[in-house]
Parts: sequence; structure tokens; C-alpha cells
Amino acid sequence: MIKIANVSKHYGSFQVLTDCSTSVSKGEVIVVCGPSGSGKSTLIKCVNGLEPFQSGEIIVNGISVGDPRTNLPKLRAGVGMVFQNFELFPHMSITQNLAVAQVKVLKRTQDEAMDKGLKLLDRVGLKAQADKFPGQLSGGQQQRVAIARALAMDPICMLFDEPTSALDPEMVNEVLDVMTELAQEGMTMMCVTHEMGFAKRVANRVIFMDKGAIVEDDSKEAFFANPRSERAQQFLAKILHH
Amino acid sequence: MGYQWNWGVFLQPSATGDDTYLGWMFAGFKMTIALSLSAWILALLLGALVGVLRTVPNKTLAGIASAYVELFRNIPLLVQLFIWYFVLPELLPVSIGDAFKQSNPVMQQFLASMVCLGLFTSARVAEQVRAGINSLPRGQKNAGLALGLTLPQTYRHVMLPMAFRLVVPPLTSEFLNIFKNSAVCSTIGLLELAAQGRQLVDYTAQPFESFIAVTISYIIINVTVMSLMHKFEKRIAVPGYIGGK
Repeated sequence: MIKIANVSKHYGSFQVLTDCSTSVSKGEVIVVCGPSGSGKSTLIKCVNGLEPFQSGEIIVNGISVGDPRTNLPKLRAGVGMVFQNFELFPHMSITQNLAVAQVKVLKRTQDEAMDKGLKLLDRVGLKAQADKFPGQLSGGQQQRVAIARALAMDPICMLFDEPTSALDPEMVNEVLDVMTELAQEGMTMMCVTHEMGFAKRVANRVIFMDKGAIVEDDSKEAFFANPRSERAQQFLAKILHH
Repeated sequence: MGYQWNWGVFLQPSATGDDTYLGWMFAGFKMTIALSLSAWILALLLGALVGVLRTVPNKTLAGIASAYVELFRNIPLLVQLFIWYFVLPELLPVSIGDAFKQSNPVMQQFLASMVCLGLFTSARVAEQVRAGINSLPRGQKNAGLALGLTLPQTYRHVMLPMAFRLVVPPLTSEFLNIFKNSAVCSTIGLLELAAQGRQLVDYTAQPFESFIAVTISYIIINVTVMSLMHKFEKRIAVPGYIGGK
């Protein structure tokens, strides 16, 4: 489904990603973790072409992301993405947020888009908020709407870029529950997150990044039981204490 | 000071005999409004376009837009007006230049003033629009693109609706400025409010009454604009967001 091969990226002389390679098969859930500044977010943004990269290749569902001839909007429409800061559109009601891309990109009618949006809103438990605006919802609710908005496009896979990092602690679980449910339904997912509990519960593999490189790429059992690199051991020791 | 106040002067028949002096003031008032509103429409359209172009990834387009802003922002308004009115008609192809010079003189003055004020203000509007777009969270653009919207669609549906809401207050002050700057156009003979005030002084020797009337007229215009823009700002406020409920 997603194949990342020898991807490198630099801003001027600053190397952000160094020779990253990995892959995600259909139905797999991959958790990407690592210290801040390790390139996790950059890597995941390369997958749908939000960040350009200078060398290497990323193939999503058979289409090369870096190829200048690729129709990026079309590719992105099929790849859901959820952001750290939700990024709902503040001037649109919740239903409009869910409908806009369905109508403009997938050419669904307004009614079809609304129907689909309301169903997904129900699924994330927020049907009652349909006519509100993003600014009137809590962070956790906004992030669940953002997940519903991505799902409304019927994506073939979902990218999560630290979806719970900007949330108050008591709201983290409502978002993780939605993600867990999604994983159990067989959605292909690539999640940048520090939620190790989530990783232990649903991940198939864990990728550990440090200084722009993929240091470990292992099954979750192997990663948590016995991380091979010293850097990953230190990282786990620090965050698993709490 | 032996000044003879005479507020009745406005009701006297004017020197040309076909109107009262109040009628002159009103003609100037209408001219100021017609000039400023048409220049404002021009400024908004051009300014929005140029402001957006300044933020696009295409370096050439962004460069052209920024040259445009620097050109119109860095030359004094009065100099620009003289260039539009006196110099440009000579530089145009002879047929167009002559057509301009042979047209109704009021139309010549009005056109030159409108284009001058419109373009000068558009550079300032462009800067406000650019600042509005740049002040949006970076992720908004990514969120639009990630949903499969094209860059123009992302501007149209995601970024611009919020950017324009953010810049309504600074745009209001540009809108007020355009009315005040329109007084400069009296220098090429356009009989707008300030010019009518001066003309009144020449004919009636009542400078205090004339310019008090001019001042009050500008205040009426600007208070009206401010309150309309304030209503507009409230109307477009986003619930749960700045200025919203």
C-alpha cells in the first residue's frame, strides 16, 4: 500500500531525512515514534506530498508521490490525514467541514455529502454537534471531527500526525478510542504518536526514528521487549516510566 | 478678530446663478463619494489579487506582485496623480492619448483620479491581504491540500474566507483613507468636496463656514463608513472564534 524507499530530504545543508525506507501493507497499523526533531512528522507528510523530498521514492497504492507528473490532489483525496492541531476550517459548520471536499473533489452532491458526513459524525459520537462551529467544540471533539472529515473521502489509508499531542490529557482517550476502532476495522494506518499504550494495543509494527533516520523497524513485540538500538532503549526507558 | 460669521451664505444663490452654495457643497460631496467608492472597488479587486499572488509558491508571480506593491507604495500619492493625469496621456499611443485629451474634462479628471487612488490603495490592500493569509495557521493550507483540494480551491474555500475576516479591521482604515486621500485630486481640478470648499472661499470670502462644512461632511462620510463596516464585521464573525459568539 505504502512503500518508502531511500527517501532523503534536506533544507539547504540541514539534513531532515536520511535514507528512510519502510513499507506499510494493506490493513497494517504502523506507529512511528522518536524524539522531537527526529523527522517523524516530515516523513509522514512526504507520504502524501505535503513535503517535497529530494531523493528516493514513495509509492502509494502504485502511484509515485515524487513524480512531477502525478496528480497530487487526486492522490491526496484517497489518503486521509489527521493533524496535530486538528485544522478544522473555523468559518464552516461541522457538517460543512465534512462536506466541502466531498463536493469539491469527489463531486458528490451536497445531499450525499451531508448524509455521509452525518453518518461518520454519528460514528465518532458527535451527531449532536453537527450544526456547531469548530470553535465551539473541545479539542478532543474537534479531533474526532477531523478524523470523520478524513474518513468522509473514503480513504484507502490514513495518516496521523501526532493526533493527541495538542489535547488536554482527559481528551486523549476519546480520540485514541476512535483510532483503535478504526484499526480494528482493518484500516491501513500510519501514526506518528507518543502514545505507547496505543502502539501496544493496535500496532503491527513500530518504527523508531532518530536524527532523520529510521533506527528501528520492528514488530511491536520485538520493539517493546527488546529494542536493539541504544537510542531506542533510552527513549523507551524515559517515556515508559510514566 | 473681526470675522463676520454668516451661516446664511449656504442658502445664497451661487455666483454662477444656477445653484446655491449649499448645492455646490453637495455636488462636491457626491463627487467625493463617487470617486472614492469606484476607486475602492478597484483597490479591493486588484489588492486582493496582488495580495494572494504575493503568497503563492510560484516565484515569478510572487515577484511581480511584490514589485507592484513596492512601486505604488513608495511613490507619493500626489506625484502618482500628476503622472496619471499629465504624463501618461503623452506616453500612450497617440490615438488613445488624443481620445483621452478630447474627452469631457471632468471625465478626464475623474478617470485619472480613480485609477490613481485605486492603484495606490490596492498596494496597501494587497499588504493587508498578504498579512491576513500569512497569519493563518500553516496547517490550514495543508489540511485543504490533504483533502485533495487543489491549491486554488484551498485558497478559495479554506484560506481566503478566514484571511478576509481577519483583515476587515485594517481594511476599514484603508477604506477611510481613500475618502481622505481623495482630497488630493482637487489638485488636478476635480471638483470634489475639498475643491468645492476652496471655491466657496474664493466666491464668498467665508473660509470658516466653508471649511467647517467640508470638515463635517468628511466626518459624516467616515462615521457612516465606520459603522457600516462594524456591522459587516459582526455579520461575518465566526462562532467560537475572534469576534464571534
